[in-house]
Amino acid sequence: MKNHTESIKQQEQKISDDILDTANSLRWELGENLHDSLLESIYQDAAKISEKVVTKVDAKPRYDWDKTLDRLLTSRWTGFPIMLLMLTAVFWITISGANVPSALLASLLIEIIHPILKDAALTIGLPLWLNGLMIDGVYLSMAWVISVMLPPMAIFFPLFTLLEDFGYLPRVAFNLDSFFKKAGAHGKQALTMAMGYGCNAAGIIATRVIDSPRERLIAIITNNFSLCNGRWPTQILIASLFIGSLVPAALGGLVSAGAVVFVALLGVALTFITSWFLSRTILKGEASAFSLELPPYRPPKILQTLYTSLIDRTIFVLWRAIIFAVPAGAVIWLSANLMIGDMSIGEHIINFLGPFGLLLGLNGVILFAYIIAIPANEIVIPTILMLTVMTLNVSSVGEGAGVIFELDDYRTYTELFSAGGWTLLTAINLMLFSLIHNPCSTTIYTIYKETKSIKWTAISTFLPIMMGLTICFFIAQLWRLFFGTG
Amino acid sequence: MANKLSNCETCPVHQSAYLKKLGVNTDNWDYVLALAGNPNTGKSTVFNALTGLRQHTGNWPGKTVTRAEGGFLYQEKRYKLVDLPGTYSLLSTSTDEEVARNFILFGKPDVTVIVMDATRIERNLNLTLQILEITDRIVVCLNLIDEAHRHQLSIDERKLSKELGVPVIPTSARRSEGIQELLKAIHEVANGLYICKPHRIASGSKPLRRAVSHLVEKIENRFKGISNARWIALRLLEGDPRIIEAVKDGELDKLEQNLKSIEAV
Repeated sequence: MKNHTESIKQQEQKISDDILDTANSLRWELGENLHDSLLESIYQDAAKISEKVVTKVDAKPRYDWDKTLDRLLTSRWTGFPIMLLMLTAVFWITISGANVPSALLASLLIEIIHPILKDAALTIGLPLWLNGLMIDGVYLSMAWVISVMLPPMAIFFPLFTLLEDFGYLPRVAFNLDSFFKKAGAHGKQALTMAMGYGCNAAGIIATRVIDSPRERLIAIITNNFSLCNGRWPTQILIASLFIGSLVPAALGGLVSAGAVVFVALLGVALTFITSWFLSRTILKGEASAFSLELPPYRPPKILQTLYTSLIDRTIFVLWRAIIFAVPAGAVIWLSANLMIGDMSIGEHIINFLGPFGLLLGLNGVILFAYIIAIPANEIVIPTILMLTVMTLNVSSVGEGAGVIFELDDYRTYTELFSAGGWTLLTAINLMLFSLIHNPCSTTIYTIYKETKSIKWTAISTFLPIMMGLTICFFIAQLWRLFFGTG
Repeated sequence: MANKLSNCETCPVHQSAYLKKLGVNTDNWDYVLALAGNPNTGKSTVFNALTGLRQHTGNWPGKTVTRAEGGFLYQEKRYKLVDLPGTYSLLSTSTDEEVARNFILFGKPDVTVIVMDATRIERNLNLTLQILEITDRIVVCLNLIDEAHRHQLSIDERKLSKELGVPVIPTSARRSEGIQELLKAIHEVANGLYICKPHRIASGSKPLRRAVSHLVEKIENRFKGISNARWIALRLLEGDPRIIEAVKDGELDKLEQNLKSIEAV
């Protein structure tokens, strides 16, 4: 029996080999244009069939909106201004629209629910340290992330998705294509860059649309220069406090918005420069040609878009942020409440980091905050505030050591920051450092999952932080050279 | 029976009795469907309309980067639906095209649903004709039919169906139009109620035709009951490494057997 199946197998193998040999010899006889002639007959058949079944209804030709719009949106002269306007409008709607719901959420979660939880913990007799760790540390950081992140994301993602459904994104890619090509990168990187404005981790996953591994790596490494959702609040707050206050109040809003847009554009410029640099050094190669079909414009389905962008993107990103904020909240509370000698651990670290911070035009508090806030950029500002209060031992603001809080009044911020030794240089460098530093841990993990390479994950992590430190250092030195102080 | 039902086909009670969207639950399927088509023809929208999932759709080519799977229950049969990446062709060597082609060839879908853009019939036919060569269980979903009408195009879907030898169902998946008819066609092809007679591409020159028929004979002798011998022959003549390998290790043989055992069940 065994012999029998064995011999059948051998026989089959023989026929298979015969098939392949025949194919091989026939291939030589037929010559090399087989592929082309096959394609040709496919095209011929397709044309024949299509001619038979499609008829153009003879009606008055309607006004062709698609063509007119394309001419406007992708023209050399109008394409870029419209793109800038669109992006500014999206950000402006996001920034101004998110203020009110953010404040409402903050007052609900922080002013109303937080005291209730504290009381409840007291009533059930939770030990004081556990009470502090769980409610002042973990709960508050979670509450902060929700109230700061949810409203802007719930506005930004649907707006972005509407533009996407309408068919605008391929036009952006079309406009930016020549720049990316000059930088040695793929034109579709424009799409992944745009996704990065929502969330870098999402942008990294989106790089799957790029086929060539070389160009995909460039897109992954530079995605961090797209200012993500979690970094917008930092930019907006610092710009309003320090830059907007340089000009008369009436112009303050406009100037600070301009500063934020400038930082975002700097990010775009850095994307091109870094891509160019990478494609001439460690990721050498020519840009591969690709054909990007400009799809027809389609009226977006608004309700469906709202639903999917809320569920798929907003809730997903928020949930991830909460997961990372929880341990960070605990770390912040612990660093402020565990003592070595007469100082908390946090104060020791800040004192240690202080000289480096000064060299970079920042300070120890900011550096420590960026270390704690690796899991999520959203918690940078609250961490900075909490740490500043802790080091100054100010008792009039805040709610106690290691308690994350939000200040309602810009003046309180300014007083607090000037007491902490902040200058205009600190503010400018903080905005720059927020743009140019390592990706958050979620993004780093996503990069690893996508590239499966420790080397590229490390490069994506350390390249931006090195760049950020260098840029901040030089700006601080130049600033002090010209203005003497800072 | 069909006439009786047609009056209430738009009634949601009727629809829910026949289609149950199963989302990501694809266990114990009776049939596997592959969803193929050019980029940006609304494949993901069709996918969502059938499975009730909300896979992200976007108006740019190449949106679907991973293979998505979902399920639905129709007329008491469980279907597993696999959304393949959109491609313009199956002949070149990009990853997308290989994923799509290998799934249609080796993934043994019971029915391949080709989503075509009704506003770009000719270009979409290039891919459709290639898929027709590989498998003979096909339903064409002529999507974006509303847009075609908007562009003053009139499409004779019955003639198209006759030309291609497979069912052609006009749909507008965005508005959930034509989905019931699509399901019915899938059901018929899956259960052998509709036997497709796929269009074959004209084989070009005489020497080519001779070479193909010579090979087809050998292939049919080796892989009994194979339905796409002609396509395999053409691929071998072009020297497609994946197909050569499949002939060498007898993978094609197993395919046919598997298909048969599924039919037997």
